[in-house]
Amino acid sequence: MKEKEAVPAQPEWICSRCGIALEVGKVDVGYLGSVFPVDLYRCAKCGQVFVPEELAEGKMAEVEKLLEDK
Amino acid sequence: MDQEELSKLEARCIQEQPAACVAACPVHVDARAMAAAIAKGDFASAAKIFKKSVPFPGIVSRICDHPCQAVCKRDEAGEAVSVRALEKSCLDWAAKTSDSFFLPPAKATRIAIAGGGLSGLTAAFDLAKKGYTVEVFEKESRLGGSLFHLSREQLPEEVIAADLQALEKVGVTIRTNVGVGQDISLEKLCRDFDAVYLASGEQPEGGLSLGVDGAGQWIIDPLTLATTNPKVFAGGSLRRLPQNRSPIESIADGRRGAVSIDRFLQKVSLSASRTGEGSQKTRLFTSLEGIEPLPVVAMSSGATGYSKEEAILEAKRCIQCQCLECVKVCEYLNSFKSYPKKYVRRIYNNLSIVMGHRHANKLINSCSLCGLCKEVCPEDLNMAMVCHAAREIMVDSGRMPPSVHEFPIRDMLFSNSEKFALTRPQPGSSASTHLFFPGCQLSASSPDHVRKTYDFLCENLDGGVALMLRCCGAPAQWSGRAELFSDSFKNIVSQWEQMDRPRIILACSTCYEVFKTHLPQASIVSLWEVFDRSALPRVARDSSAPVRRLAIHDACSTRHEKNIHDSVRNILQKLGLEIEELALSGEKTECCGYGGLMFFANPELARSVITRRIGQSECDYLAYCAMCRDYLASAGKRTWHLLDFLFGPPPDDFARRKGPGYSVRRENRARLKNALLEELWGDTPVGKEKYGMIRLKISEELRETLERRQILDSDIRQVIDFAESSGTRLFNSRTSHYLAHWKPAALTYWVEYAPSEGEFTVFNAYCHRMELTEGVRS
Ligand code: SF4
Ligand code: SF4
Ligand code: SF4
Repeated sequence: MKEKEAVPAQPEWICSRCGIALEVGKVDVGYLGSVFPVDLYRCAKCGQVFVPEELAEGKMAEVEKLLEDK
Repeated sequence: MDQEELSKLEARCIQEQPAACVAACPVHVDARAMAAAIAKGDFASAAKIFKKSVPFPGIVSRICDHPCQAVCKRDEAGEAVSVRALEKSCLDWAAKTSDSFFLPPAKATRIAIAGGGLSGLTAAFDLAKKGYTVEVFEKESRLGGSLFHLSREQLPEEVIAADLQALEKVGVTIRTNVGVGQDISLEKLCRDFDAVYLASGEQPEGGLSLGVDGAGQWIIDPLTLATTNPKVFAGGSLRRLPQNRSPIESIADGRRGAVSIDRFLQKVSLSASRTGEGSQKTRLFTSLEGIEPLPVVAMSSGATGYSKEEAILEAKRCIQCQCLECVKVCEYLNSFKSYPKKYVRRIYNNLSIVMGHRHANKLINSCSLCGLCKEVCPEDLNMAMVCHAAREIMVDSGRMPPSVHEFPIRDMLFSNSEKFALTRPQPGSSASTHLFFPGCQLSASSPDHVRKTYDFLCENLDGGVALMLRCCGAPAQWSGRAELFSDSFKNIVSQWEQMDRPRIILACSTCYEVFKTHLPQASIVSLWEVFDRSALPRVARDSSAPVRRLAIHDACSTRHEKNIHDSVRNILQKLGLEIEELALSGEKTECCGYGGLMFFANPELARSVITRRIGQSECDYLAYCAMCRDYLASAGKRTWHLLDFLFGPPPDDFARRKGPGYSVRRENRARLKNALLEELWGDTPVGKEKYGMIRLKISEELRETLERRQILDSDIRQVIDFAESSGTRLFNSRTSHYLAHWKPAALTYWVEYAPSEGEFTVFNAYCHRMELTEGVRS
């Protein structure tokens, strides 16, 4: 997984708890012992992360499969 | 499965054995490949294939005594393929090329060949091509030996001359009018040369001081053509009775002698691994099913040979012998585009990889473990066994990809949790002579049928019929989780023992197989045998079914259970239904795509398995396994479950119903348990979790996505429960939707939703396995 998976435009989602817009930040994403720092939108205050559907169904699913077959 | 076992299994598959013709040909001309090329009109490639194996193609194509044709498989469907005529046609119709030979640097080692017939010249040619200095001694004034006894029409002199030019090209020295034994002695040849090949057609008078047998014939080792003199080898017609002489055998001897001389000069074993040389019998099996008998194509021009068109027609008669019996009937084997010999190797390699990509994981996990391959394989190779053993090894070594089977395993654990698991004696009785085990999938697909069946059994069997609701553990077994399976099965066994070992009645074919294999000490019986032996339920007797004729889809796990096959057929007959037998049924039945958890490892493949199966008859199908029924019906095939008729009459469109989705399947099980608990045993039903109360609104469209993504309503409820109670969620002010995620176990689920009047409308849900490390980072 690359650090910068073409970060998409500012999402419409805001953190409901903190009431603030999300910002791009480094989030560790790991599976089966491999960890990748990835740029994701998240709440700068509470850390709540946003994983868009496209990322979960696309790149993440691909990397999961790759790591499972390694 | 160790290396040795694996090589044994690999060797069982005969697909790579040569075709009968290729094996029988003493020099192994690949007649099958040659015919394939001619059939495509590619005479040039055909000529290349032919010339690769024979030294003098023009001569061979005219005079070969073609042992290939004597064993040609086509003979059993018409007449043998005219292989020799096809050889000639590819020389006639390929553009003429002048053949050149790549020669290694010349060696000083000298070899004498006695006799300029086909055998001697073949040896001379082969050895000269290896760089040896070769001299041929021929007692007549020209080369060719017995070739000149043939009619000029059959073998024109120009053809001989053209073929023998090859000897010049490879630099063979020819000495005509020198007879070995007359003009030059063997002793002198042995002195002047490093090795000698004797191929003079007849054993010369005087015996040349070689060891002889009782009949005065030289002692010649048939494998190596060695004589009693280590430097001297002998072959060709001189070692055959006149009636056994054969041009192609003489050529093969020349080749064999050349190999021996080369080995002798290189000082390596003369006899090691030479079993493949010369005419052989093949182990290849080729089915002639569906092959229309065809006579040999006649030559319009008389005996001179085929026209191009005729040659193509004749070549098309070649059935391209191969086995592939299993690949023909198994969509799984077919879909990976090869055959078991290769698959076994790939699987082995996959298991041996320490670092790197495991390409065969999908291959291993896609097999339905149905065992049909073994039924049709002439060598009884069972890929189910190979794939299952491989899965166990993968699980043991922690190499099984978690995503493949986790979902069905979770389903199994659900069924064995207090949500569904239940064991009780018949209401009002404490003893049990029988135990009804309906299985988790029938309970999920048609809980109503389970209830009716249990009532029927209680009414009709004496001594008490206990009930056990659980999963038999097949998903664990199929996925290679041997430990998980035995842990779960232990529970069944101990409860069964506590009940004093009642006879077990099984409604599911897979459960039947599991119990038969893992609880052999139990007396088991399929529900269908029970129905067959008792009077059918009144409703079944009194009503008429909305169909007349049904094609039976036997469950693959009943493959060897003839008693079950018969009972099902008897019941249908008693119900007045006509039966159509599918081509693949009974012990050759196909899997529906659920077996071995194929669907979870390879849904596309499972779909094509289903499509293929439902295309085999126009009739409505009849299944007696809930999963078979639901899978076949999932692709739109009208499919009935046998119980539909036993507790019928079912409405006509009942055959079209789709099986329930994953969430409903669980709910059905939980409700069945609670209903039985309350109504039969007057017990308190098992309560739901708090989140179980959350009411969801999900559109039909989203339902399909959720099924595909294997997301359950309970997963969604847990996310919403967490989001609503913790306030951890994202908000979109334009749509007023919330988006929240929660990771109950291995997967993280995301749900987009909006609350509305006591329920939650769900707009989307997705999941991933990669784990997020949340929390603020600087
Ligand atoms: S049936 Fe299949 S496994 Fe058996 S020999 Fe033929 S190709 Fe090989
Ligand atoms: S049918 Fe073709 S491949 Fe089979 S034995 Fe005959 S020539 Fe060979
Ligand atoms: S799916 Fe069945 S027939 Fe095909 S390889 Fe597996 S066990 Fe054999």
